[in-house]
Amino acid sequence: MKMLAVLRTPKKLNRSFTVSFLLFALLALFGAFMALPLIYAVNNAFKPLDELFIFPPRLFVNNPTMDNFFDLVALMGNSWVPLTRYIANTVIITIVGTAGHILLASAAAYPLAKYRFLGAKTLFSIVVLSLMFSGHVTAIPNYMVMSWLGWINTHASIIVPSLAFPLGLFLMKQFMEQIPDALLEAAKIDGANEYRIYWSIVMPNVKPAWLTLMILQFPMLWGTDGGSFIYSENLKTLHYALGQITQGGIARAGVGAAVALILMVVPITLFIISQSSVIQTMATSGMKE
Amino acid sequence: MQADTATGKAVPKLVQPTKASKWAHTLNELKRNKHYYILMSPYMLIFFLFTVIPVVFSLGLSFFYFNMLEFPRFVGWQNYSRLFLNDDVFMIALKNTFMFAVITGPVSYIACFLFAWIINELSPKIRAIMTLIFYAPSISGNVFFIWLIVFSGDSYGYLNGFLIKYGFMLEPILWLTNEKYILPIVILVQLWLSLGTSFLAFIAGLQTIDQTLIEAGAVDGINNRWQELWFITLPSMRPQLLFGAVLQITGAFAVADISIALAGFPSVNYAAHTVVTHLMDYGSIRFEMGYASAIATVLFAIMLGTNMLTQKMLRKVGE
Repeated sequence: MKMLAVLRTPKKLNRSFTVSFLLFALLALFGAFMALPLIYAVNNAFKPLDELFIFPPRLFVNNPTMDNFFDLVALMGNSWVPLTRYIANTVIITIVGTAGHILLASAAAYPLAKYRFLGAKTLFSIVVLSLMFSGHVTAIPNYMVMSWLGWINTHASIIVPSLAFPLGLFLMKQFMEQIPDALLEAAKIDGANEYRIYWSIVMPNVKPAWLTLMILQFPMLWGTDGGSFIYSENLKTLHYALGQITQGGIARAGVGAAVALILMVVPITLFIISQSSVIQTMATSGMKE
Repeated sequence: MQADTATGKAVPKLVQPTKASKWAHTLNELKRNKHYYILMSPYMLIFFLFTVIPVVFSLGLSFFYFNMLEFPRFVGWQNYSRLFLNDDVFMIALKNTFMFAVITGPVSYIACFLFAWIINELSPKIRAIMTLIFYAPSISGNVFFIWLIVFSGDSYGYLNGFLIKYGFMLEPILWLTNEKYILPIVILVQLWLSLGTSFLAFIAGLQTIDQTLIEAGAVDGINNRWQELWFITLPSMRPQLLFGAVLQITGAFAVADISIALAGFPSVNYAAHTVVTHLMDYGSIRFEMGYASAIATVLFAIMLGTNMLTQKMLRKVGE
């Protein structure tokens, strides 16, 4: 009942009270379904060992402890490949991949959004069409291209393909169409060339779209396990390490929960920070096809 | 340069009216816009190298026998006929994939819209929190291993623990190795993860709806919220609806990671085998690349067909 109080002042039309109540009950129910596993994951990371294996299992932690994180640090020092290496690998892949994607996608989106030239329409249609196939369709030829380039077992095999993520170009192009032509004309009259316009006029104007591309690209790279391209242990990522730790069994269950918390906290925090910009971008970019 | 292009344009026109002038014109265009091509080139180079060429290559390879060691041998439609006539496991995979797609596709699409629609009526602060709750699973760094603990087969698993505690059963159920339960569980987890980008796009779309349209609708005789939804809200969001459909359909047909993480690879009696896990089986384990490419091509054709059908249906919204 409390939830109804937060309803925005009703517009002209009103639903009946029963329907409203049912809708909000539905929202609360599914909200719980969405949130509980995450709440559980957070609680788990702070559970002492005896609480992790209590029967019947409990959702919330009774005596929170930081032991799991200390164990993680201890484990880090002892293992053959230190955990910091996994973290560093993940951070490198994610930062280079995300920043590079924003840079390349917006460089390609600017001409497509603002000018008409030979091939522009065709190229954009191919990008839109490619939204429709899953990465698995290209997995095999991709592997061949990688081995031909000699990129197997390097981070480039994860980073480079992700730079040309089609969804990013699509959203960036739609957003750039909002930039007034007069602004670009003025810059041209002042003697700026296309690269200068792209870098000093267009880029600063699409900052909300940067965040959107970031929030789409970041979790994908952050959660990558290295796929079928990386074999060396010291090039693997945090998500892969998590798999190894959770397979370690009972003694490591707490450490696994701690790693999982680190894995999920970063992208979620990022989304909290960027939420309003992301929704603004998607609202104003009038996704036309 | 200006003079060059001027003559280059004019002279061939006089001599050879059609072909040469066309070429000169094209060349001229390319030259004039060269900065745009340079700006686009890094993205397009990578995009073509890792997306477009692989797709085309995969289409071509599906007509060959290729095992990565010997030179490819042309076999025509043989891969396809084997796939549809002789491969029982593919039929299971196809059936499972359609089960996934038919359930998770529409359900998650409607859920994305329904929740976005309800959330949109809340005050801004609560709206932000609810958006986060619904969107968080899809970005939480693949932590769906949490569900492994929920459905764990011993009495420490959450579901087993609760069911035993409250007396619904006496013995724990092996959820993830019992054929009966695997597919529904994978579908459930897929739904949990599927409120992603399209959900955000719908929330954004709802915020841009012109309030005057709603007022005008009220004057024109729209008298309940359901009519408002069908005649005003949905048509105003058509771009976002189309965009969301593309993403949800692709996601629904490409289920594999969750199936592998929860049910193993291969799953018990192929109960959670999908077209993509079948593709992985032949591509990265058996190295029958031509055959795997044929599977990929079939998957691509299914996705494309479904997308076109859905787009057609969505254009009828509000009519």
